[in-house]
Amino acid sequence: MAANPYLISLQGVEVSYPKNGHGDSGRSIILNNVRLNIRAGEFLSLVGPTGCGKSTILRLILGAQFPTRGQVLVDGQPVSGVDRDRGVVFQRYSLFPHLTVVENIAYGPLLERTSMPQRLLCTPAYRRTRRESLAEAQEYLVRIGLNPWDGDKFPYELSGGMQQRVAIAQALMMQPKILLMDEPFGALDHNTRLAMQLLILEQWEDYRMTIIFVTHDLEEACYVGTRVIGLSQYWSDDNGKPGIGAVIVTDLPTPGGHPKPTAIRATAEFNALLEQVRHDALDPTNRQRLRQFNLIHQDALKPEPLSAAEVSEAKEGTDA
Amino acid sequence: MRSFFRTDAQPSVVATSLLSILLFGLLIGAYLAGSYYRHQENPQDKVMPTVSEMLDGMKRAAFEPDRNGDLRLWVDTFASARRFGIAIGVVLLAIPLGVGMGLFPYVEAVFYRFIVFFDKIPALSVLPILFIIFGLDELSKIALIVIGVFPTVALEAHLRAKSIPREQIHKAQTLGASEHEIAYRIIMPQIFPKMLDTIRLNLKAVMLLLIAGESLAATVGLGYRIFVVRRYVAMDIIIPYVLWMTGLLFLTDWFIQWVIRRRYVWVDK
Repeated sequence: MAANPYLISLQGVEVSYPKNGHGDSGRSIILNNVRLNIRAGEFLSLVGPTGCGKSTILRLILGAQFPTRGQVLVDGQPVSGVDRDRGVVFQRYSLFPHLTVVENIAYGPLLERTSMPQRLLCTPAYRRTRRESLAEAQEYLVRIGLNPWDGDKFPYELSGGMQQRVAIAQALMMQPKILLMDEPFGALDHNTRLAMQLLILEQWEDYRMTIIFVTHDLEEACYVGTRVIGLSQYWSDDNGKPGIGAVIVTDLPTPGGHPKPTAIRATAEFNALLEQVRHDALDPTNRQRLRQFNLIHQDALKPEPLSAAEVSEAKEGTDA
Repeated sequence: MRSFFRTDAQPSVVATSLLSILLFGLLIGAYLAGSYYRHQENPQDKVMPTVSEMLDGMKRAAFEPDRNGDLRLWVDTFASARRFGIAIGVVLLAIPLGVGMGLFPYVEAVFYRFIVFFDKIPALSVLPILFIIFGLDELSKIALIVIGVFPTVALEAHLRAKSIPREQIHKAQTLGASEHEIAYRIIMPQIFPKMLDTIRLNLKAVMLLLIAGESLAATVGLGYRIFVVRRYVAMDIIIPYVLWMTGLLFLTDWFIQWVIRRRYVWVDK
Protein backbone atom coordinates (compact mmCIF):
# COMPACT_ATOMS: atom_id res chain seq x y z
CA MET A 1 0.00 0.00 0.00
CA ALA A 2 1.31 3.42 -0.91
CA ALA A 3 2.29 5.66 1.96
CA ASN A 4 -0.60 7.84 3.08
CA PRO A 5 0.36 11.39 2.05
CA TYR A 6 -2.14 12.89 4.48
CA LEU A 7 -1.51 13.88 8.07
CA ILE A 8 -5.07 13.04 9.14
CA SER A 9 -7.43 10.58 7.49
CA LEU A 10 -10.97 9.71 8.44
CA GLN A 11 -11.74 6.44 6.71
CA GLY A 12 -15.39 5.45 6.53
CA VAL A 13 -16.08 6.85 9.97
CA GLU A 14 -19.44 6.08 11.51
CA VAL A 15 -20.49 7.29 14.93
CA SER A 16 -23.78 5.92 16.18
CA TYR A 17 -25.58 5.19 19.43
CA PRO A 18 -28.23 2.63 20.29
CA LYS A 19 -31.64 4.30 20.19
CA ASN A 20 -33.36 4.64 23.50
CA GLY A 21 -36.73 3.25 22.43
CA HIS A 22 -38.05 -0.06 23.72
CA GLY A 23 -38.12 -2.77 21.11
CA ASP A 24 -36.28 -0.48 18.73
CA SER A 25 -33.09 -2.16 17.71
CA GLY A 26 -32.04 0.70 15.44
CA ARG A 27 -29.23 3.12 16.03
CA SER A 28 -29.06 6.91 15.92
CA ILE A 29 -26.46 7.78 13.36
CA ILE A 30 -24.39 10.90 14.01
CA LEU A 31 -21.74 10.55 11.31
CA ASN A 32 -22.54 8.50 8.23
CA ASN A 33 -19.45 6.96 6.65
CA VAL A 34 -17.46 10.19 6.72
CA ARG A 35 -14.32 10.26 4.59
CA LEU A 36 -11.89 13.11 4.97
CA ASN A 37 -8.22 13.63 4.22
CA ILE A 38 -6.28 16.54 5.67
CA ARG A 39 -2.79 17.62 4.66
CA ALA A 40 -0.13 18.87 7.04
CA GLY A 41 -0.19 22.64 7.35
CA GLU A 42 -3.86 23.08 6.47
CA PHE A 43 -6.11 25.40 8.43
CA LEU A 44 -9.36 23.52 8.16
CA SER A 45 -12.61 25.12 9.27
CA LEU A 46 -15.52 22.90 10.09
CA VAL A 47 -19.03 24.36 9.97
CA GLY A 48 -22.50 22.89 10.06
CA PRO A 49 -25.93 23.17 11.66
CA THR A 50 -26.37 22.51 15.37
CA GLY A 51 -26.07 18.82 16.16
CA CYS A 52 -24.38 17.85 12.89
CA GLY A 53 -21.45 16.28 14.71
CA LYS A 54 -18.67 18.76 13.97
CA SER A 55 -17.45 18.60 17.57
CA THR A 56 -17.65 14.82 17.29
CA ILE A 57 -15.17 14.88 14.41
CA LEU A 58 -12.89 17.04 16.52
CA ARG A 59 -13.12 14.63 19.45
CA LEU A 60 -12.40 11.70 17.14
CA ILE A 61 -9.17 13.31 15.98
CA LEU A 62 -8.35 14.30 19.55
CA GLY A 63 -8.81 10.71 20.68
CA ALA A 64 -11.45 11.54 23.27
CA GLN A 65 -14.01 9.47 21.38
CA PHE A 66 -13.80 6.53 18.99
CA PRO A 67 -15.72 5.72 15.83
CA THR A 68 -18.34 2.97 15.88
CA ARG A 69 -16.93 1.88 12.55
CA GLY A 70 -14.09 2.96 10.29
CA GLN A 71 -10.93 4.51 11.56
CA VAL A 72 -9.20 7.78 12.23
CA LEU A 73 -5.54 7.87 11.23
CA VAL A 74 -2.99 10.46 12.27
CA ASP A 75 0.39 10.01 10.60
CA GLY A 76 -0.93 6.71 9.28
CA GLN A 77 -1.55 5.35 12.77
CA PRO A 78 -5.01 4.85 14.28
CA VAL A 79 -5.69 7.33 17.07
CA SER A 80 -5.62 5.42 20.34
CA GLY A 81 -6.33 8.18 22.84
CA VAL A 82 -5.62 11.75 23.83
CA ASP A 83 -1.91 12.51 23.89
CA ARG A 84 0.61 15.31 23.80
CA ASP A 85 0.92 15.32 19.97
CA ARG A 86 -2.40 17.04 19.49
CA GLY A 87 -3.20 20.26 21.30
CA VAL A 88 -6.71 21.41 22.05
CA VAL A 89 -8.51 24.63 22.92
CA PHE A 90 -12.13 24.36 24.05
CA GLN A 91 -14.70 27.11 24.30
CA ARG A 92 -14.62 26.76 28.08
CA TYR A 93 -12.76 24.80 30.74
CA SER A 94 -9.46 24.86 28.87
CA LEU A 95 -7.60 26.42 31.78
CA PHE A 96 -6.95 24.92 35.19
CA PRO A 97 -8.70 27.26 37.61
CA HIS A 98 -6.40 26.47 40.53
CA LEU A 99 -3.21 27.43 38.70
CA THR A 100 -2.03 30.92 37.90
CA VAL A 101 -1.69 32.08 34.30
CA VAL A 102 2.03 31.29 34.05
CA GLU A 103 1.54 27.98 35.85
CA ASN A 104 -1.12 27.09 33.30
CA ILE A 105 1.15 27.95 30.40
CA ALA A 106 4.18 26.20 31.89
CA TYR A 107 2.25 23.11 32.95
CA GLY A 108 2.97 20.97 29.88
CA PRO A 109 6.66 21.82 29.45
CA LEU A 110 7.27 21.34 33.16
CA LEU A 111 5.77 17.85 33.05
CA GLU A 112 7.97 17.04 30.10
CA ARG A 113 11.17 18.23 31.74
CA THR A 114 10.75 16.63 35.15
CA SER A 115 10.04 13.16 36.45
CA MET A 116 7.31 12.18 38.87
CA PRO A 117 9.66 11.45 41.81
CA GLN A 118 11.23 14.88 41.30
CA ARG A 119 7.83 16.52 41.39
CA LEU A 120 6.66 14.58 44.40
CA LEU A 121 9.78 15.32 46.41
CA CYS A 122 10.07 18.85 45.08
CA THR A 123 13.82 18.38 44.60
CA PRO A 124 16.17 21.32 43.93
CA ALA A 125 16.41 20.22 40.28
CA TYR A 126 12.62 20.34 40.02
CA ARG A 127 12.45 23.76 41.59
CA ARG A 128 15.11 25.07 39.22
CA THR A 129 13.32 23.67 36.17
CA ARG A 130 10.06 25.08 37.46
CA ARG A 131 11.59 28.55 37.78
CA GLU A 132 12.92 28.35 34.23
CA SER A 133 9.64 27.12 32.79
CA LEU A 134 7.68 29.83 34.55
CA ALA A 135 10.10 32.46 33.24
CA GLU A 136 9.63 31.12 29.71
CA ALA A 137 5.87 31.18 30.15
CA GLN A 138 6.12 34.75 31.37
CA GLU A 139 7.97 35.70 28.18
CA TYR A 140 5.44 33.93 26.01
CA LEU A 141 2.63 35.69 27.83
CA VAL A 142 3.69 39.03 26.43
CA ARG A 143 3.98 37.62 22.91
CA ILE A 144 0.35 36.55 22.90
CA GLY A 145 -0.83 39.96 24.00
CA LEU A 146 -1.18 39.79 27.75
CA ASN A 147 0.32 42.23 30.20
CA PRO A 148 3.40 41.04 32.08
CA TRP A 149 1.61 41.56 35.39
CA ASP A 150 -1.16 39.13 34.38
CA GLY A 151 1.18 36.19 34.89
CA ASP A 152 0.43 35.71 38.56
CA LYS A 153 -3.30 36.16 38.24
CA PHE A 154 -5.73 33.27 38.34
CA PRO A 155 -7.76 32.59 35.19
CA TYR A 156 -10.97 33.92 36.74
CA GLU A 157 -9.34 37.34 37.02
CA LEU A 158 -8.97 37.60 33.23
CA SER A 159 -11.58 38.50 30.62
CA GLY A 160 -12.89 35.76 28.33
CA GLY A 161 -10.64 36.85 25.46
CA MET A 162 -7.55 36.91 27.66
CA GLN A 163 -8.42 33.47 29.03
CA GLN A 164 -8.56 32.09 25.49
CA ARG A 165 -5.20 33.68 24.71
CA VAL A 166 -3.75 31.85 27.68
CA ALA A 167 -5.44 28.62 26.59
CA ILE A 168 -3.88 28.97 23.14
CA ALA A 169 -0.47 29.68 24.68
CA GLN A 170 -0.86 26.68 26.97
CA ALA A 171 -1.51 24.43 23.97
CA LEU A 172 1.21 25.95 21.79
CA MET A 173 3.91 25.51 24.44
CA MET A 174 3.79 21.81 23.57
CA GLN A 175 4.45 22.68 19.89
CA PRO A 176 1.78 20.23 18.73
CA LYS A 177 1.68 19.21 15.08
CA ILE A 178 -2.08 19.46 15.21
CA LEU A 179 -4.13 22.03 17.07
CA LEU A 180 -7.81 21.28 17.58
CA MET A 181 -10.09 24.18 18.38
CA ASP A 182 -13.72 23.67 19.40
CA GLU A 183 -15.62 26.96 19.14
CA PRO A 184 -12.65 28.68 20.76
CA PHE A 185 -14.02 32.19 20.27
CA GLY A 186 -17.69 31.30 20.61
CA ALA A 187 -18.15 33.13 23.90
CA LEU A 188 -16.32 36.33 22.93
CA ASP A 189 -17.70 39.64 21.74
CA HIS A 190 -17.28 40.66 18.11
CA ASN A 191 -14.16 42.83 18.38
CA THR A 192 -12.33 40.43 20.67
CA ARG A 193 -13.20 37.71 18.20
CA LEU A 194 -11.58 39.57 15.31
CA ALA A 195 -8.45 40.15 17.36
CA MET A 196 -8.32 36.48 18.31
CA GLN A 197 -8.69 35.42 14.68
CA LEU A 198 -5.64 37.48 13.79
CA LEU A 199 -3.77 36.04 16.76
CA ILE A 200 -4.43 32.44 15.78
CA LEU A 201 -3.46 33.15 12.16
CA GLU A 202 -0.17 34.63 13.36
CA GLN A 203 0.52 31.61 15.51
CA TRP A 204 -0.40 29.30 12.65
CA GLU A 205 2.12 31.07 10.40
CA ASP A 206 4.85 31.01 13.04
CA TYR A 207 4.45 27.36 14.01
CA ARG A 208 3.34 25.89 10.68
CA MET A 209 1.00 23.48 12.38
CA THR A 210 -2.23 21.96 11.17
CA ILE A 211 -5.37 23.48 12.69
CA ILE A 212 -8.84 22.00 12.79
CA PHE A 213 -11.22 24.79 13.70
CA VAL A 214 -14.83 24.10 14.62
CA THR A 215 -17.10 27.12 14.65
CA HIS A 216 -20.72 28.07 14.12
CA ASP A 217 -19.67 31.45 12.71
CA LEU A 218 -19.44 31.04 8.95
CA GLU A 219 -17.61 34.30 8.32
CA GLU A 220 -14.99 33.34 10.88
CA ALA A 221 -14.64 29.89 9.30
CA CYS A 222 -14.10 31.28 5.80
CA TYR A 223 -11.77 33.99 7.01
CA VAL A 224 -9.33 31.90 9.08
CA GLY A 225 -9.50 28.64 7.14
CA THR A 226 -7.59 27.58 4.05
CA ARG A 227 -10.29 25.03 3.51
CA VAL A 228 -13.91 25.03 4.60
CA ILE A 229 -15.77 21.81 5.28
CA GLY A 230 -19.54 21.89 5.67
CA LEU A 231 -21.02 18.99 7.57
CA SER A 232 -24.77 18.51 7.55
CA GLN A 233 -27.39 15.98 8.54
CA TYR A 234 -29.87 17.62 6.16
CA TRP A 235 -29.27 15.98 2.79
CA SER A 236 -30.98 13.48 0.54
CA ASP A 237 -29.89 10.76 -1.83
CA ASP A 238 -30.17 11.18 -5.56
CA ASN A 239 -33.79 10.02 -5.50
CA GLY A 240 -34.72 12.71 -3.02
CA LYS A 241 -35.00 10.35 -0.06
CA PRO A 242 -33.75 12.04 3.15
CA GLY A 243 -30.41 10.62 4.27
CA ILE A 244 -29.47 9.56 7.78
CA GLY A 245 -26.59 10.97 9.80
CA ALA A 246 -24.29 13.78 8.77
CA VAL A 247 -22.07 13.77 5.71
CA ILE A 248 -19.66 16.30 4.26
CA VAL A 249 -21.77 18.39 1.88
CA THR A 250 -19.27 21.15 1.18
CA ASP A 251 -15.52 21.02 0.75
CA LEU A 252 -13.98 24.21 -0.64
CA PRO A 253 -10.66 26.01 -0.74
CA THR A 254 -11.08 29.61 0.43
CA PRO A 255 -9.97 32.44 -1.86
CA GLY A 256 -7.59 35.25 -1.04
CA GLY A 257 -4.33 33.57 -0.03
CA HIS A 258 -3.27 32.77 3.52
CA PRO A 259 -3.53 34.43 5.83
CA LYS A 260 -6.03 36.72 4.23
CA PRO A 261 -6.02 40.49 4.46
CA THR A 262 -8.84 41.66 6.71
CA ALA A 263 -10.17 43.71 3.79
CA ILE A 264 -11.25 40.52 2.07
CA ARG A 265 -14.34 40.44 4.24
CA ALA A 266 -15.74 43.29 2.20
CA THR A 267 -15.15 41.71 -1.23
CA ALA A 268 -17.95 40.34 -3.36
CA GLU A 269 -16.12 37.07 -3.88
CA PHE A 270 -15.84 36.41 -0.16
CA ASN A 271 -19.47 37.25 0.47
CA ALA A 272 -20.60 35.09 -2.41
CA LEU A 273 -18.70 32.23 -0.78
CA LEU A 274 -20.44 32.88 2.54
CA GLU A 275 -23.84 32.93 0.84
CA GLN A 276 -23.17 29.71 -0.96
CA VAL A 277 -21.92 27.77 2.08
CA ARG A 278 -24.76 29.16 4.17
CA HIS A 279 -27.26 27.87 1.65
CA ASP A 280 -25.55 24.50 1.02
CA ALA A 281 -24.47 23.51 4.50
CA LEU A 282 -26.20 25.58 7.14
CA ASP A 283 -29.80 25.71 5.95
CA PRO A 284 -31.76 22.81 7.49
CA THR A 285 -34.60 23.31 5.01
CA ASN A 286 -32.31 22.71 2.05
CA ARG A 287 -31.87 18.98 1.66
CA GLN A 288 -29.29 18.93 -1.09
CA ARG A 289 -29.03 15.86 -3.23
CA LEU A 290 -25.89 13.83 -3.09
CA ARG A 291 -24.71 14.70 -6.60
CA GLN A 292 -25.21 18.43 -6.04
CA PHE A 293 -22.69 18.58 -3.19
CA ASN A 294 -20.09 21.25 -3.76
CA LEU A 295 -16.87 19.31 -3.28
CA ILE A 296 -14.28 21.18 -5.30
CA HIS A 297 -11.31 21.09 -2.92
CA GLN A 298 -8.42 19.12 -4.43
CA ASP A 299 -8.51 16.58 -1.58
CA ALA A 300 -12.28 16.27 -1.45
CA LEU A 301 -13.63 12.71 -1.45
CA LYS A 302 -16.94 11.66 -2.89
CA PRO A 303 -19.22 10.74 0.01
CA GLU A 304 -20.51 7.18 0.07
CA PRO A 305 -23.21 7.35 2.73
CA LEU A 306 -25.01 4.21 3.79
CA SER A 307 -28.77 3.85 3.82
CA ALA A 308 -30.59 3.02 7.03
CA ALA A 309 -30.93 -0.60 5.94
CA GLU A 310 -27.23 -0.89 5.16
CA VAL A 311 -26.27 0.60 8.51
CA SER A 312 -28.38 -1.82 10.54
CA GLU A 313 -27.24 -4.75 8.40
CA ALA A 314 -23.61 -3.87 8.92
CA LYS A 315 -24.35 -3.47 12.61
CA GLU A 316 -25.85 -6.93 12.93
CA GLY A 317 -22.88 -8.30 11.06
CA THR A 318 -20.41 -6.85 13.53
CA ASP A 319 -22.52 -7.72 16.57
CA ALA A 320 -22.80 -11.37 15.60
CA MET B 1 -41.69 47.95 61.34
CA ARG B 2 -43.47 48.26 58.05
CA SER B 3 -40.30 47.11 56.33
CA PHE B 4 -39.63 44.14 58.61
CA PHE B 5 -40.81 41.46 56.17
CA ARG B 6 -39.43 42.98 53.03
CA THR B 7 -36.88 41.21 50.85
CA ASP B 8 -35.27 44.53 50.03
CA ALA B 9 -34.99 45.75 53.64
CA GLN B 10 -31.64 47.27 54.53
CA PRO B 11 -31.12 47.17 58.30
CA SER B 12 -28.26 49.32 59.56
CA VAL B 13 -25.17 47.75 61.08
CA VAL B 14 -26.36 48.70 64.56
CA ALA B 15 -29.80 47.19 63.98
CA THR B 16 -28.30 44.01 62.62
CA SER B 17 -25.98 43.67 65.61
CA LEU B 18 -28.72 44.32 68.10
CA LEU B 19 -31.11 41.90 66.42
CA SER B 20 -28.39 39.29 66.24
CA ILE B 21 -27.81 39.29 69.99
CA LEU B 22 -31.51 39.42 70.76
CA LEU B 23 -32.08 35.67 71.07
CA PHE B 24 -28.79 35.15 72.91
CA GLY B 25 -29.88 37.85 75.35
CA LEU B 26 -33.30 36.27 75.86
CA LEU B 27 -31.79 32.85 76.52
CA ILE B 28 -29.24 34.17 79.00
CA GLY B 29 -31.84 36.38 80.66
CA ALA B 30 -34.26 33.49 81.06
CA TYR B 31 -31.53 31.35 82.55
CA LEU B 32 -30.41 34.04 84.99
CA ALA B 33 -34.00 34.62 86.08
CA GLY B 34 -34.62 30.92 86.53
CA SER B 35 -31.41 30.48 88.42
CA TYR B 36 -32.20 33.48 90.65
CA TYR B 37 -35.66 32.24 91.64
CA ARG B 38 -34.50 28.71 92.26
CA HIS B 39 -31.78 30.03 94.56
CA GLN B 40 -34.36 32.18 96.37
CA GLU B 41 -36.27 29.01 97.18
CA ASN B 42 -33.27 26.79 97.82
CA PRO B 43 -29.80 28.32 98.17
CA GLN B 44 -28.31 24.82 97.63
CA ASP B 45 -29.93 24.43 94.19
CA LYS B 46 -27.66 22.56 91.76
CA VAL B 47 -29.81 22.40 88.66
CA MET B 48 -29.36 26.01 87.62
CA PRO B 49 -26.09 27.25 89.09
CA THR B 50 -25.43 30.96 89.17
CA VAL B 51 -22.80 32.56 86.96
CA SER B 52 -20.40 32.89 89.87
CA GLU B 53 -20.85 29.21 90.76
CA MET B 54 -20.07 28.23 87.19
CA LEU B 55 -17.02 30.51 87.07
CA ASP B 56 -15.91 28.95 90.29
CA GLY B 57 -16.41 25.43 88.90
CA MET B 58 -14.41 26.28 85.79
CA LYS B 59 -11.68 27.88 87.86
CA ARG B 60 -11.33 24.70 89.86
CA ALA B 61 -11.30 22.57 86.69
CA ALA B 62 -8.80 24.77 84.93
CA PHE B 63 -6.38 25.83 87.62
CA GLU B 64 -6.67 23.55 90.65
CA PRO B 65 -5.15 20.06 90.46
CA ASP B 66 -7.60 17.26 91.25
CA ARG B 67 -6.86 14.15 93.35
CA ASN B 68 -4.46 12.88 90.66
CA GLY B 69 -2.74 16.23 90.41
CA ASP B 70 -4.24 16.96 86.96
CA LEU B 71 -5.66 20.22 85.73
CA ARG B 72 -8.84 18.56 84.51
CA LEU B 73 -10.01 20.99 81.88
CA TRP B 74 -6.72 20.98 80.01
CA VAL B 75 -6.16 17.27 80.33
CA ASP B 76 -9.69 16.59 79.07
CA THR B 77 -9.37 19.08 76.25
CA PHE B 78 -6.04 17.68 75.17
CA ALA B 79 -7.28 14.07 75.20
CA SER B 80 -10.38 14.93 73.18
CA ALA B 81 -8.48 17.13 70.74
CA ARG B 82 -6.01 14.35 70.13
CA ARG B 83 -8.74 11.86 69.28
CA PHE B 84 -10.46 14.49 67.19
CA GLY B 85 -7.28 15.34 65.31
CA ILE B 86 -6.30 11.75 64.57
CA ALA B 87 -9.82 11.00 63.35
CA ILE B 88 -9.85 14.04 61.05
CA GLY B 89 -6.44 12.99 59.74
CA VAL B 90 -7.81 9.57 58.81
CA VAL B 91 -10.95 11.12 57.34
CA LEU B 92 -8.78 13.29 55.06
CA LEU B 93 -7.69 10.07 53.34
CA ALA B 94 -11.26 9.77 52.08
CA ILE B 95 -10.53 12.62 49.65
CA PRO B 96 -7.94 10.81 47.48
CA LEU B 97 -10.08 7.68 47.64
CA GLY B 98 -13.16 9.59 46.47
CA VAL B 99 -11.20 11.24 43.68
CA GLY B 100 -9.91 7.84 42.60
CA MET B 101 -13.46 6.50 42.54
CA GLY B 102 -14.67 9.49 40.57
CA LEU B 103 -12.02 9.19 37.89
CA PHE B 104 -11.07 5.54 37.55
CA PRO B 105 -14.01 3.25 36.70
CA TYR B 106 -12.23 0.19 38.11
CA VAL B 107 -11.56 1.87 41.43
CA GLU B 108 -15.20 2.94 41.42
CA ALA B 109 -16.27 -0.63 40.71
CA VAL B 110 -14.31 -1.89 43.71
CA PHE B 111 -15.20 0.73 46.30
CA TYR B 112 -18.31 2.67 45.36
CA ARG B 113 -21.13 0.33 46.36
CA PHE B 114 -19.26 -0.85 49.39
CA ILE B 115 -18.85 2.69 50.64
CA VAL B 116 -22.46 3.59 49.91
CA PHE B 117 -23.46 0.57 52.00
CA PHE B 118 -20.97 1.48 54.70
CA ASP B 119 -22.32 5.00 54.75
CA LYS B 120 -25.77 3.71 55.72
CA ILE B 121 -24.56 1.93 58.85
CA PRO B 122 -25.66 4.02 61.83
CA ALA B 123 -22.22 4.52 63.34
CA LEU B 124 -23.42 4.43 66.95
CA SER B 125 -24.94 1.01 66.44
CA VAL B 126 -21.54 -0.51 65.79
CA LEU B 127 -20.06 1.02 68.93
CA PRO B 128 -20.56 -2.18 70.96
CA ILE B 129 -18.88 -4.15 68.19
CA LEU B 130 -15.97 -1.73 68.17
CA PHE B 131 -15.58 -1.97 71.93
CA ILE B 132 -15.57 -5.75 71.68
CA ILE B 133 -13.08 -5.87 68.83
CA PHE B 134 -10.78 -2.97 69.59
CA GLY B 135 -11.23 -2.88 73.34
CA LEU B 136 -12.05 0.20 75.34
CA ASP B 137 -8.95 2.03 74.13
CA GLU B 138 -8.39 5.02 71.92
CA LEU B 139 -8.66 2.90 68.78
CA SER B 140 -12.34 2.11 69.17
CA LYS B 141 -13.24 5.76 69.75
CA ILE B 142 -11.31 6.90 66.71
CA ALA B 143 -12.72 4.03 64.63
CA LEU B 144 -16.23 5.16 65.58
CA ILE B 145 -15.63 8.64 64.20
CA VAL B 146 -13.98 7.30 61.06
CA ILE B 147 -16.84 4.89 60.38
CA GLY B 148 -19.32 7.68 60.84
CA VAL B 149 -17.71 10.38 58.71
CA PHE B 150 -15.23 8.75 56.30
CA PRO B 151 -17.87 7.39 53.86
CA THR B 152 -19.68 10.74 53.72
CA VAL B 153 -16.49 12.55 52.79
CA ALA B 154 -15.44 9.87 50.28
CA LEU B 155 -18.83 9.99 48.55
CA GLU B 156 -18.77 13.76 48.40
CA ALA B 157 -15.26 13.69 46.87
CA HIS B 158 -16.50 11.11 44.38
CA LEU B 159 -19.37 13.35 43.30
CA ARG B 160 -17.21 16.43 43.07
CA ALA B 161 -14.50 14.69 41.07
CA LYS B 162 -17.12 13.44 38.65
CA SER B 163 -18.56 16.90 38.16
CA ILE B 164 -15.26 18.37 36.92
CA PRO B 165 -15.76 18.96 33.18
CA ARG B 166 -14.34 16.25 30.93
CA GLU B 167 -12.50 18.99 29.04
CA GLN B 168 -10.11 19.43 31.95
CA ILE B 169 -9.04 15.82 31.70
CA HIS B 170 -8.59 15.93 27.93
CA LYS B 171 -6.70 19.18 28.19
CA ALA B 172 -4.32 17.72 30.77
CA GLN B 173 -3.78 14.67 28.57
CA THR B 174 -2.80 16.86 25.62
CA LEU B 175 -0.21 18.45 27.90
CA GLY B 176 1.31 15.07 28.61
CA ALA B 177 -0.15 14.48 32.06
CA SER B 178 -0.30 10.88 33.26
CA GLU B 179 -3.47 9.46 34.76
CA HIS B 180 -2.16 9.92 38.29
CA GLU B 181 -1.01 13.40 37.51
CA ILE B 182 -4.54 14.21 36.34
CA ALA B 183 -6.21 12.71 39.37
CA TYR B 184 -3.98 14.10 42.06
CA ARG B 185 -2.51 17.30 40.58
CA ILE B 186 -5.38 18.52 38.42
CA ILE B 187 -8.64 17.22 39.85
CA MET B 188 -7.91 16.81 43.56
CA PRO B 189 -6.48 20.30 44.10
CA GLN B 190 -9.56 21.72 42.38
CA ILE B 191 -12.00 20.02 44.72
CA PHE B 192 -9.87 20.20 47.86
CA PRO B 193 -11.27 23.49 49.17
CA LYS B 194 -14.80 22.15 48.68
CA MET B 195 -13.81 19.08 50.63
CA LEU B 196 -12.52 21.25 53.47
CA ASP B 197 -16.01 22.71 53.53
CA THR B 198 -17.52 19.25 53.69
CA ILE B 199 -15.32 18.39 56.63
CA ARG B 200 -16.20 21.68 58.25
CA LEU B 201 -19.90 20.88 57.99
CA ASN B 202 -19.23 17.45 59.46
CA LEU B 203 -17.36 18.75 62.50
CA LYS B 204 -20.51 18.40 64.57
CA ALA B 205 -20.90 14.76 63.58
CA VAL B 206 -17.27 14.14 64.52
CA MET B 207 -17.79 15.74 67.91
CA LEU B 208 -21.04 13.87 68.45
CA LEU B 209 -19.40 10.53 67.84
CA LEU B 210 -16.43 11.49 69.96
CA ILE B 211 -18.64 12.34 72.94
CA ALA B 212 -20.66 9.17 72.46
CA GLY B 213 -17.49 7.10 72.52
CA GLU B 214 -16.03 8.95 75.49
CA SER B 215 -19.20 8.78 77.49
CA LEU B 216 -19.19 4.99 77.41
CA ALA B 217 -15.54 4.14 77.82
CA ALA B 218 -12.82 6.58 78.73
CA THR B 219 -10.87 7.82 81.69
CA VAL B 220 -10.36 11.30 80.40
CA GLY B 221 -11.91 13.61 77.81
CA LEU B 222 -14.49 16.36 77.56
CA GLY B 223 -17.33 13.96 76.80
CA TYR B 224 -16.23 11.61 79.56
CA ARG B 225 -16.15 14.44 82.11
CA ILE B 226 -19.65 15.74 81.59
CA PHE B 227 -21.07 12.24 81.93
CA VAL B 228 -19.07 11.54 85.09
CA VAL B 229 -20.01 14.74 86.87
CA ARG B 230 -23.64 14.17 85.88
CA ARG B 231 -23.77 11.71 88.77
CA TYR B 232 -23.26 14.60 91.18
CA VAL B 233 -25.60 16.88 89.24
CA ALA B 234 -22.57 19.14 88.77
CA MET B 235 -24.26 21.57 86.43
CA ASP B 236 -21.63 24.14 87.37
CA ILE B 237 -19.16 21.94 85.41
CA ILE B 238 -21.44 20.58 82.71
CA ILE B 239 -22.74 23.89 81.40
CA PRO B 240 -19.30 25.55 81.11
CA TYR B 241 -17.95 22.37 79.48
CA VAL B 242 -20.71 22.46 76.88
CA LEU B 243 -19.99 26.11 76.18
CA TRP B 244 -16.27 25.37 75.97
CA MET B 245 -16.81 22.56 73.44
CA THR B 246 -19.16 24.72 71.40
CA GLY B 247 -16.63 27.55 71.41
CA LEU B 248 -13.79 25.28 70.29
CA LEU B 249 -15.86 23.87 67.44
CA PHE B 250 -16.94 27.34 66.45
CA LEU B 251 -13.31 28.47 66.29
CA THR B 252 -12.29 25.41 64.27
CA ASP B 253 -15.09 26.07 61.82
CA TRP B 254 -14.11 29.70 61.54
CA PHE B 255 -10.46 28.81 61.08
CA ILE B 256 -11.22 26.42 58.20
CA GLN B 257 -13.35 29.07 56.52
CA TRP B 258 -10.52 31.53 56.90
CA VAL B 259 -8.03 29.10 55.36
CA ILE B 260 -10.35 28.48 52.39
CA ARG B 261 -10.87 32.19 51.77
CA ARG B 262 -7.19 33.00 52.05
CA ARG B 263 -5.50 30.04 50.47
CA TYR B 264 -7.98 29.27 47.67
CA VAL B 265 -9.03 32.63 46.29
CA TRP B 266 -10.04 31.08 42.97
CA VAL B 267 -12.83 28.96 44.48
CA ASP B 268 -16.34 29.65 43.15
CA LYS B 269 -15.09 32.19 40.67
